[in-house]
Amino acid sequence: MEARRASRTVSDPKVRHVGFFTPDPNPHPGRTPLASDAPVSNSLSPVMILPPRQPSDRTAAVPVPETGLRRQTGADQVPVGSYNPSESLLSSSPLPSSPSSRVGLVDGEFSEESGGWLRRSESGNYASSLPDTMVERAPENSASAAPRLESKKSVEVTGKGGKAVVEEQNEVQSSSKPLKAKTTKAERRALQEAQRAAKASGKEGNKSAAVSQGAAPVKPVKQPAQKKDGPPVSVSVVSFDKKGGDRPPEKERKKDVPAPRMQFDDKSRVQKAKKHAVVKQTEARNRVELFRHLPQYEHGTQLPDLESKFFQLDPVHPAIYKVGLQYLAGDISGGNARCIAMLQAFKEAIEDYSTPQEKTLARDLTAKISSYVSFFIECRPLSISMGNAIRFLKTRISDLPLTLSESEAKAALCSDIEHFINEKIILADKVIVRHAVTKIRDGDVLLTYGSSCVVEMILLYAHEMGKQFRVVVVDSRPKLEGQALLRRLVAKGLSCAYSHINALSYIMHEVTKVFLGAASVLSNGTVYSRVGTASVAMVANAFHVPVLICCEAYKFHERVQLDSICSNELGDPDAIAKVPGRTDVNYLNNWANKENLQLLNLMYDATPADYISMIVTDYGMIPPTSVPVIVREYRRDHVFL
Amino acid sequence: MVDIQGLVNELVSKLRRRKVEGSRATARLTAELLRSVISQSKLPTTNQPAALIDAVRDVGEKLIAANPIELAVGNIVRRVLHIIREEDHSNARDAVEGFRLSVGGDNDYIVEQDHLNLSAAAQSSLCRPSLHALLERSPDSATTYFTATSEDDSEEKSKSLDQNAKSLKFRRKVISAVNDLIEDINTCHLVIAELAVEHIHHNKVILTFGRSRTVKEFLCAAKEKKRSFGVFVAEGAPKYQGHLLAKELTARGLQTTVITDSAVFAMISRVHMVIVGVHAVMANGGVIGPVGLHMVALAARKHAVPFVVVNGTHKLCPLYPNNPGVSLNEMRSPSEVLSFEQFSDCMDYRIVTGAPQLLVVNPAFDYVPPELVSLFITDIGGYCPSYMYRLIADYYSSDDVVIQQKPAS
Repeated sequence: MEARRASRTVSDPKVRHVGFFTPDPNPHPGRTPLASDAPVSNSLSPVMILPPRQPSDRTAAVPVPETGLRRQTGADQVPVGSYNPSESLLSSSPLPSSPSSRVGLVDGEFSEESGGWLRRSESGNYASSLPDTMVERAPENSASAAPRLESKKSVEVTGKGGKAVVEEQNEVQSSSKPLKAKTTKAERRALQEAQRAAKASGKEGNKSAAVSQGAAPVKPVKQPAQKKDGPPVSVSVVSFDKKGGDRPPEKERKKDVPAPRMQFDDKSRVQKAKKHAVVKQTEARNRVELFRHLPQYEHGTQLPDLESKFFQLDPVHPAIYKVGLQYLAGDISGGNARCIAMLQAFKEAIEDYSTPQEKTLARDLTAKISSYVSFFIECRPLSISMGNAIRFLKTRISDLPLTLSESEAKAALCSDIEHFINEKIILADKVIVRHAVTKIRDGDVLLTYGSSCVVEMILLYAHEMGKQFRVVVVDSRPKLEGQALLRRLVAKGLSCAYSHINALSYIMHEVTKVFLGAASVLSNGTVYSRVGTASVAMVANAFHVPVLICCEAYKFHERVQLDSICSNELGDPDAIAKVPGRTDVNYLNNWANKENLQLLNLMYDATPADYISMIVTDYGMIPPTSVPVIVREYRRDHVFL
Repeated sequence: MVDIQGLVNELVSKLRRRKVEGSRATARLTAELLRSVISQSKLPTTNQPAALIDAVRDVGEKLIAANPIELAVGNIVRRVLHIIREEDHSNARDAVEGFRLSVGGDNDYIVEQDHLNLSAAAQSSLCRPSLHALLERSPDSATTYFTATSEDDSEEKSKSLDQNAKSLKFRRKVISAVNDLIEDINTCHLVIAELAVEHIHHNKVILTFGRSRTVKEFLCAAKEKKRSFGVFVAEGAPKYQGHLLAKELTARGLQTTVITDSAVFAMISRVHMVIVGVHAVMANGGVIGPVGLHMVALAARKHAVPFVVVNGTHKLCPLYPNNPGVSLNEMRSPSEVLSFEQFSDCMDYRIVTGAPQLLVVNPAFDYVPPELVSLFITDIGGYCPSYMYRLIADYYSSDDVVIQQKPAS
């Protein structure tokens, strides 16, 4: 495992130096027409590259290259070869049966609707490109999932193969050796194809050409297999497979383009998603036109129904169910709390998990996790921190060595989860506190908005250190999270002022620093956080008060966002109509009956980077322009964890 | 006289207890009170306008002291003073005209002589002479004119009957002008609303903050002209008047969306125009509005969204603000922000732990500097902030800017 990674990093610059986008004009005259059949001939459209279905085809079509590589794959052949077809058949055939079919399908949905949250590093492009092509050509035939699986595998592998070729040509044998550990026949075949092609093309090492040629000879054989694809399952399978693959950074980077999220104004998608939903959501009546693309459901209606279902739901683990209900009821909120609750539920679920017969842990568990995740999404849209944690978990699952026994694997995963919680959340918070506290001086007036647990820790720690400062807690409707924070701070003996967000301009005169938490920091420096944060940062900026964002690096995300409209979460509109403790404000009592009245309860907003002086993370204190660096470094770190 | 005093005291106590709020209501009440002051007060036979000005000033001083934050009171007092001066001045002008026409000097107009100095000065400063007059009239003629008018000063007054009639006429004129002012205050939002179609087009999205009758009429007028557009209403904590506005707008058939104040920044990128009503407009073009308005204005500036203020002329205040966020602000009850239960808990902590204190800040107003305001739409048309000083010169005389200037004795 480790060796493989090392090899990748070693070969990394080489791959980049290879002429990537200059396709070979005509390397194999006989094949070019076929290659041009594929819509995109470079590595971006692996969908079209499909290995043959029959073993006989395979052996027939592949001219055997001579290297020692071949010998090694031969040694591996027995376990791997048997693994591939049987596994794929098995994993596809039980799918239509009752619980797992739901799982599979939901996961398919999920990979489309929120792939952005989960698999950005793995298969952004696949998720977006696959469904279309598959759906187009596919009459429903779930029995033929087998070739599909294979094909996906090979798809992913050809890329790898291409890389391996390059590597091999320039590099030591050893670097490609560990790669063999997991290769299937299809992989090997694709690799050989690519290798041959690369050689033929005069060692230009042109990867795109290699890939397209690798695809070319296979193509005619492939046609029938493609026809039989059934859309959703294949998508989900793809998503699992992708994770297993270790692909060159160059390629990875391309795939990093986040998959589009589920758009709720897409009727057919919503219908599909609804069919498999555990949580029966009813559409809100007075929907805000501008936010059609976000889910707008009635709030507070699903809980009793779900509670009654508690004992009937076999596909969802009770721990998951509990946490899901807590999300739904709003008992757990805040990025860290939600993430930790989810991870611990996953841990419990993994501890209770046993691999069904004739399935592999990696695949089945990933499917399970995906179904859990889609359940969470039904309860409440994922936060970015959760998306990152899920991505981490899935990577860990797919990276599990096949040699591990089930109990070992489970133990490894559980310790991984524990490690993540400790390292990325708890310790990270401590580091942030240490960093941020250096910025607090005696006599400061610190303003914070809403309730961020990191900021609270910073304030308390600074207070413990004996620094003399005052705190201004600014709050806003409808959540009024600041009140709880205020109560805790006052109980600890800090001297506080409290106000609502409209009084910002008044109170900002005396403030010397603004400390804010964040739900996520996006790679263009935008801070995605509780609604109102942007206003606070803006007013602080207008009064020339520095704004410090405190956010753990695991919440950083490579997505970019310019406004708060395109992606957001909508809360319960009724919370706006009612003002707690103010009986005189009752103008909107039966607002739902009024056709042209909508209440919009936005949950998050995006603070532009130019309002932010500094972001305090566990990697240190950085300007918002350095976020992409952290995102990049973090991902590497994340893999090595 | 007694009942005037009673009326004044009543309004003073209302203002002091904040029973009357909102610039429009206070403006109307003030104007009505001043009208009765003018009609009831006993005036000496000579120097009537000056006496009237003193009377109005006295009352105005009390009213302003009762609620110094409510700038509309001061505005109306100044407006009334200005009306008196104008009437006086126009009388004087008549006198001057007559005087100059009948060259020999008619005794009818001698009464007015003592005001002539003032009015002549006012005339030369306020009434712009025509270009022709500027060319024609030499400096000499002006000086001769002044000497000519002042020389009759010592002459005995006569025709007291005529004089009485004149004073009645004067008073009637002033009262009818004040009536016009009240009428203006009552109908200014309708006049402003007529301008709505010039500013609102189809499919426009408008954001407003809190509640203002003027804004409501403005939007409804556009709706009546068959314009279809969307309105975002920020609720305007801690009064939550936005809820009421949303209800009213919905009843009039407008597509209305209520958002929290914190979501203003998020939504403003989809808004074409911000229209707000304000509490007062200062002479520099800055406005004092409901708390939170500054945030909205900043967000609008960030996204280059026009920030339009609709206001009646009675909100024009001739004062230049100095730190208005503090000096022209008032703190409201903390219970609007933090419920008493929470508050008392925190007080308990305080008693137990000793040191820490808890402040709850709940200001009522916000100051928006002129550079954040794109346009004022008033009942006399649209103006930009930099022009406000000129409008103010039209409505107020410079002598009245500081009402307290004259010692109360």
